[in-house]
Formats: sequence, C-alpha cells, structure tokens
Amino acid sequence: MVDPATAFLQGSTPADASQGPSLRHAPGPYFGSYGGRWMPESLIAALDEIEETFEKAKVDPEFLAEIADLNKNYSGRPSLLTEAKRFSAHAGGARVFLKREDLNHTGSHKINNVLGQALLAKRMGKTRIIAETGAGQHGVASATAAALLGLECVVYMGAEDCRRQALNVARMQLLGATVVPVTNGSQTLKDAINDALRDWVANVENTHYVLGTVSGAHPFPAMVRFFHEVIGEEARGQIIDQIGRLPDAVCACIGGGSNAIGLFHGFLDDAAVKIYGFEAAGDGVDTGRHAATITLGRPGVLHGARSYLMQDEDGQTIESHSISAGLDYPGVGPEHAYLADLGRVSYEAITDVEAMDAFKLLCRTEGIIPAIESSHALAGALKVGQRLTADAVNPEDVVVIVNLSGRGDKDVQTAADWFGLLDEDGNVKGTMLSTRSAKGAAHGAGAATADTMDMNAEDASNE
Amino acid sequence: MSETNFSNDASEAIVSKSAAAVERARKAGRKALIAYLPASFPDKQTSIDAAIALARNGADIIEIGIPYSDPVMDGSVIQAATTQALENGFHVADVFDVVAAITAETDAAVLVMTYWNPVMRMGVDEFSRRLAEAGGAGLITPDLVPDEAAEWMSASDKYGLDRVFLVAPSSTPERVAMTVKATRGFVYAVSIMGVTGARTEVSSAAEAVVAAAHAAGAERACVGLGVSKASHVREIAAYADGVIVGTALVAALRDGGVPAVAALAKELSTGFDLPTAETVSA
Repeated sequence: MVDPATAFLQGSTPADASQGPSLRHAPGPYFGSYGGRWMPESLIAALDEIEETFEKAKVDPEFLAEIADLNKNYSGRPSLLTEAKRFSAHAGGARVFLKREDLNHTGSHKINNVLGQALLAKRMGKTRIIAETGAGQHGVASATAAALLGLECVVYMGAEDCRRQALNVARMQLLGATVVPVTNGSQTLKDAINDALRDWVANVENTHYVLGTVSGAHPFPAMVRFFHEVIGEEARGQIIDQIGRLPDAVCACIGGGSNAIGLFHGFLDDAAVKIYGFEAAGDGVDTGRHAATITLGRPGVLHGARSYLMQDEDGQTIESHSISAGLDYPGVGPEHAYLADLGRVSYEAITDVEAMDAFKLLCRTEGIIPAIESSHALAGALKVGQRLTADAVNPEDVVVIVNLSGRGDKDVQTAADWFGLLDEDGNVKGTMLSTRSAKGAAHGAGAATADTMDMNAEDASNE
Repeated sequence: MSETNFSNDASEAIVSKSAAAVERARKAGRKALIAYLPASFPDKQTSIDAAIALARNGADIIEIGIPYSDPVMDGSVIQAATTQALENGFHVADVFDVVAAITAETDAAVLVMTYWNPVMRMGVDEFSRRLAEAGGAGLITPDLVPDEAAEWMSASDKYGLDRVFLVAPSSTPERVAMTVKATRGFVYAVSIMGVTGARTEVSSAAEAVVAAAHAAGAERACVGLGVSKASHVREIAAYADGVIVGTALVAALRDGGVPAVAALAKELSTGFDLPTAETVSA
C-alpha cells in the first residue's frame, strides 16, 4: 500500500506536464515519509475534531468569506509587493521584490494563520486559546485574535525569550492575554511548545491550541499552510501584474517554516521558478551553535510530526541557537523535509552576521527595518541574485521575490546592541544626557501600581 | 538471555511477561502493582537499587522511564528528575543495564517507558533486540499511538516484547477497540486528561476508561496518572487489573532515597488488603 501523500500525488492532475504531479495542496497527514501524528492518545480526539472542522470550513463559502473579510479589512491584505531598487544593486543587479508581510496588522505573516485558527476555535465552541511563542510575534497575533473574537488567551513563552522580547510580553498583556514564562529545559520555543501541549491535554475540552507554524501533528502542517497560502497566491498575481511574468526565484526564511510554505505554495508547480529556504546558521553551521535543521539534522519525531530534527546520537533534542528568536527552533515543518528530499526546494543556512548585514542594508537602501528572521531571507536573496546573474547577459532580467515576513520593530533592542548603539547600561548612547528630572515619571509610577493582574481582572469584569 | 531463540513468526504464541505478572497477582487474590521510576535518577546504581526495592516490597511490574529532553506527558516532579538524570550524563544505552540488573535480581516484569524519538534514533529493531537481551518485558509508549506503530509492531513480534499502548478518557470506542487489538500485555488506562503528577483524588473517569477497554476485549487494563496513596490503590483495584504509580515514588526517592521508596511501595500494596471501595460503599 502506498502512503497517503504518495497516493495523493499519484492521483492528482499534473499542473505542468513537464514537471509531473502537482505538489500543491498536499493534504497530510503524510508528506512522503514525514508528518503523521506522534502524539499522546489523549490528544487524538482533539486533533480529529480540528481536522473535521477544518475540512468542512475550508470548502464552506461562509467561512472563506469571513477569512477574506478579516484579511482585507482587519489585517490589511493584500500586502504590497515592493520592488527594492537600491537593495537590488547588491544582489548582482537582479531585480528584488519584497512581499510585504511586515505591513500586516501586528507586523508579520503570523496573523494569517491565527485569524483562521481562532475562527475554527469558535466553530468548535472553544472559549479559550493557548499558543506558544518564540520572538513573541505569534503570541502577539494570538492575543490580538483572541481580543478581536472574545476568546480567553494564554501564551507560553520561554523565560529566556521573555527576557529577549520583553516589549512583546507587554504587548500581549496589553491585549488582555496571560503570558506564562516557561522555565523548563532551554527556556525557549521548544519548551514553550512542551508546556502548551501539557496545558492542552489538561484543558482540551474548552481549549484550542493555536500552533504557530507548519509543524506539529496532523492537521496542523496542512492547516497552517492553508491559511498562509494567500501569501504565495498574492505574490504570484502581483509579480505577473508588475513585470508580466513569473520570477526566477523566490526566497523565504525557515524556522518552523510557515511564512516560507505560504510563499512557496504559490510557485511549487512552476518548474522554472527556483525556490530557496534559508535556515539560521547562528554562529556558523560548523560551530554547533545554529538552528540549521534541514542542513544538519536527521529525521526524527518532535512535537507530533516526523521531520528533520536537531538531535544527538541518543535522540535527545539539541538546543538551537540563532540571533533570531523566531528561527531558534530545533525542528522544521514536515512538508519542508519532504520538499528538501524531493529537491524541489533548496535549503541553505545564513549566519547571524550575514543576516544582520542584510538587515542593515535593507534599512539603509530601502527605508524598511526588517525582522531579523526575514533578514535571513534577504541575505539569502543577495546570494541567489549574485549567483543567478553571474551568467546573465542582462542582470536585471533576473527577478527574485523575497518574503519580508515581518517588521523589525521588535528587534530594535537586539539590533541596537549588535551595531553598538547601546552603552554599558543598555541605554541607547546619547539618550541619557538630560539634566532635568524625568517629566513622565509621576504618570509612570501611578500606572505601575496597577499591576498586570489587576489589569486582567478589570478586563474580565468588563466583559 | 542471549541464547534465547527469537522467533520471526508472529503467529507463534508470545508469552507476555507483563500479562503473566498481572495474572500472578490475580491468582494471589489481588491486583497488580505497577511502579515507575526513571533510569539513572538520582544516579544509575541508585535507580537500580530503588527498582529492586520496589519489587521486593510488592511491585509486580517495574516501569523504567528513559529520560528525554521533551517529556510532554510529564508533570514537574518527573521532569525535574529526568532533567537531572540527563544532566548527570544519562545515555539511552544505560537503560539496558538498568533493566538487566533488575531482572537479574527480581522476578518482576520490567517494562521500559519511553517517548518515541530515542527508540527511533537507535533504530526500532536494534532497540528492541537489546531490550529483549536485557530481559525487558516490552515498552510503554506515551507518544506513540498504534496508527504510527507499524515498525514497532513487527519488531515487538520479532523479539517477543509487550506493546503497552494508552487509552484515554477522550478515546472514541473505535480507537479503544483499535488500541486494545494492537496491545500486548495490558492496556494503560489514563485516568485523567492531563500529565503525570500526584493528585488528591483519582478521577472518576478512570473507571469508565477501564470499562471501555474491557468491553473492547482487553483482558487486562491498568490505571495510571495521579495515583499516590494506598486508598487510591484500593479504589482502583475494585475495577481495574492493575494500579500504576509514578510521581509519588519519584518524589519519595528524591526526598528519602531507597528506604523511602521501599516504604511507599509497601504501603501502597496494603491497598489491596483494605476492603474494596465497593464493599465500603455498599
């Protein structure tokens, strides 16, 4: 018997006879030998319920209209496709276009998935959503959707990430969510997922787990991809509108891989379009301090799916390292593992240094501060552009789309530190020269007495 | 054990060590006491000594947990213990030494409880072969459902190992039936929707889970999660075929060493002598 993914592939209509069967809309649970449901029995019923609800919703015109309306009138879609003309000069002269997910409400692609899942949670009659977050982008998006749709929201966040992304912790609390700092294990994203799963198994009756990426047990990889497919669909239409043809290459960064799969999906069946995913190489793939899961990992199971995994010889998960909290994850979505094995997508690793150079370059050439996650895709696009233009008669005939998956406001502290803008106390240099007493202090002190617990209590009583 | 002639023919009867242990308890007029401790907590030798003490104080089946980096089904006590074992340098191969040392000294059936990735990493066949050679009875697999277990099904048949799968309060009748069919040894009935950890009361859901397993044809269904006292043992013994205790024993080992583990095992097994809940409430 063939596995379901293979059966699906064999049974589907080739979109392009030269390329073979379509790779689009792979339904799961398996992507080749990856994916599946490596989960406690206690959660299988909940996964079945989500799958059933999702399968109905995705063909329900009413649900699709609801999503389309929120995308347009709440998130601000379609997001722009901006040609980065001055940045392009550094990519061998290839024309680089930015898919502007950074302009979405809450500042990244994460909102696409969260709105979809929050609507599904309501369809299932759940009153509470939980989420994990690394950089805080998915947590902020989840808190946002919960506020919008009147759901209770609890976000699990590694204690180390809370420290690195303190502003996002405050944002989530301002939106009415409870943030639980996770002090187990490495105190980062994978441990936040562990604690979210522990919460879910105990509260599954009224709680939906809004997983933030295309990993996890079926149906999460296929479902989260579905909500992000809009990125690739828009980008494909927009590039044809702007230049009258498809791009030569598309690029995205890969942590779990949700922004990437959303963009890639629009181009999977266009054989002429090269597809690149850029993982975090941290200090370098040969240093042991990285998050280059596909580049260096081996197949294994983590958080419900079989995929590439950073693990030691005992099968223990290895701690990942990246300057980007959003890419600092030792696993990757199973569909990416499959696309890597097929060779349809090329996965490469970008170091912290390369990413931060690209970060600065985009700031200075385009007036756009990118998320550090997205800066990995930008750095990769520079390389791809240089490579593809090497043999080109006219470099400007080479066209590359980069998914600018998020904006860099959340990363200002990290970037300021990286580029030496901070003094030894962590203050921005030159900002502590005033000799006047702090004007806003009285207000600040007053507000500080109302702690977050009180604030949450007030919110609850208002409802 | 190395000279054991393992059969490749699954149709040949495999003698389940954990089923035999449950039946021995039944013949003795009680139910099976199944006791969990992680390997190499607080160190390898102490974990062996503690497990032997369990067997000598009433435990019919010993469950040895493999410390794992991402134990999503475990509460804080077991997480802390297994994290410590990993920090002290635990390696997966150590579990075979622990199992062999216990089976050499006691008659208890020894199951290994493990998340799936360490098994997959070693290779399911290789892991199974080494477990069988160490005298192990089989595996309890908290994050492996029968749906994904094709490789484990054939390896466990090849090496004559038990396959203890879990059923939960949320399991549908179809899934209970499928799981019971895939199981060898006993069905692990999860008493509550949650992770491991001692609780004051044992959830009333447990009885329904056991009833569903029995109705689906399970000859043996044992209850775990939240069991910490002799009164719990008595309550569960009234309807289940065995009682599984974990967190309370780990806490005893942490706080009082091997003597505390022995004392708690002894106390827990008195639960079988107490009047059953049915008698009391009737």
